[in-house]
Amino acid sequence: MATALDTSPSLTLSNALPLDSGQVLENVQIAYQTYGTLAPEKDNAILLCHALTGDQHVANPHPITGKPGWWDRMVGPGKPIDTDRFFVICTNVIGSCMGSTGPASLAPDGEPYGMRFPVITIRDMVRAELALLDEFGIGRLHAVVGGSMGGMQALSLAANFPDRTARVLAIATTARHSAQNIAFHEVGRQAIMADPNWQDGAYYGTGKEPDSGLAVARMAAHITYLSEAGLTHKFGRRLQDRQAVGFGFDADFQVESYLRYQGLSFTSRFDANSYLYITRAMDYFDLAEEHGGRLANAFAKAQSRFCLISFDTDWLYTTSDARNVVHALNAVAAPVSFVELSAPYGHDSFLLDVPALDRVVEGFLG
Amino acid sequence: MALRSDLRVIAEHVKPGSRVLDIGCGDGDLMAVLSQEKQADARGIEIDPESVEHCVSRGLSAIQGDADHDLAEYPDDAFDYAILSQTLQTAERPDLMLDELLRVGREAFVSFPNFAHWQVRADLLFTGRMPVTNRLPVTWYETQNIHHLTVADFEDLLREKGVSTVNRWFFHREREIGHFAANWRAEYAVYQLSR
Repeated sequence: MATALDTSPSLTLSNALPLDSGQVLENVQIAYQTYGTLAPEKDNAILLCHALTGDQHVANPHPITGKPGWWDRMVGPGKPIDTDRFFVICTNVIGSCMGSTGPASLAPDGEPYGMRFPVITIRDMVRAELALLDEFGIGRLHAVVGGSMGGMQALSLAANFPDRTARVLAIATTARHSAQNIAFHEVGRQAIMADPNWQDGAYYGTGKEPDSGLAVARMAAHITYLSEAGLTHKFGRRLQDRQAVGFGFDADFQVESYLRYQGLSFTSRFDANSYLYITRAMDYFDLAEEHGGRLANAFAKAQSRFCLISFDTDWLYTTSDARNVVHALNAVAAPVSFVELSAPYGHDSFLLDVPALDRVVEGFLG
Repeated sequence: MALRSDLRVIAEHVKPGSRVLDIGCGDGDLMAVLSQEKQADARGIEIDPESVEHCVSRGLSAIQGDADHDLAEYPDDAFDYAILSQTLQTAERPDLMLDELLRVGREAFVSFPNFAHWQVRADLLFTGRMPVTNRLPVTWYETQNIHHLTVADFEDLLREKGVSTVNRWFFHREREIGHFAANWRAEYAVYQLSR
């Protein structure tokens, strides 16, 4: 739990935020980071949307982990998303825990929301992002860019607020969460809620947090971000600091040790309730359902150029998920590019060193 | 930009400001010319991911896909022109492909190598082996050309389908030749078609 350590600029939205659930969030705080300079005409802004456990620290060292930002390799001066030309802005999504209003924030009664926080949707996240852009006076974006859940936000923005962006770049993403996607998320949520320290979500200030549950949730999810070939290549059946299996339940295998480390380190920077809320938002995501059951309808008013990118080893959001979006865009004759890139890293490929991705991103942004 | 002759003749006959679908767009050379010289709204379909990547990195709209299946995703009349250059002979069903071209496009440009060119005929007659020429450079076991056709075959198909020929051009060695005895003389042909 990290909110206090974060040094991001943040801003309280001028207006209350209406949510898909029918509820309204007051005094919404949005933490963000910007890179580059906003042109006087305010026409060079790129909104980056982060993934489930990402945050606004795109290209600066992370205030908690000290590691480089999650897209440091993509965003910066002279990089594919060139901050010498573009004003790049990334907000922490609502429901998260890096400075934007979420379940760990204080409700109007002065106590943390916990499970009283309203269930939010991807479209609610986008509403909050657009409200922040309004505060900056940015009308139409040069582009909205995101991978994974960030790609869902990008698609949602294009579908629901078609005049707000000239380009949409959606990477390793989908227009709807599948049963398998929901199933993996449910495993994670149940792990958190089964942890006695979760205390029905009211763990703030008790000195006990559901770290074990959150770590297991992260471990399960992390497997879905990697390819089987990638795991085999990285770990195989190699043993961790030992010559033979221990006939016990220590981390005998390197892959176990790795997952345990990933799970544990995650708890130092993420709030368990945020994990519940954000995975729920992703599970609710079905762009077609929002638009009469037909995905093409979602894009009927789209005024943007689109680019969809998938990775051949990504089994979380597959090439066929991306193609569904492309087909819907074709059906409304929207200008769309699509390419499946070859990379060995599974879903995580969008964050890693894939030179072809750099070229496509740079070329598409123009 | 230096375009292959069949693409050049197509580029010259696309009306300015048109919506164009280039099927088998390769690295996007034709789309680039159409966008720059004709202010066309050009889209491409290409099966090779590296070529698609190249198109997108040039700022062109291209979709990685397969012409045999992905044309079905486009609505009727989505484009002013559908272009199929040197690809008809690789289609699973060239006749159905032609239907699709003229469904998504009001007009179509189709170019193809002519298997009845005299050199091809001579090759087959004298060597008794499947011809390997400039325009058909790949051995029979490696070629993607699974439906070889001739100018005469194509015109028969157009007649059967009641497709009108707006214009046609024939080429030998990258140079345009007249219509006389085209089925003997043309290495490849370009047709502009309408429903």
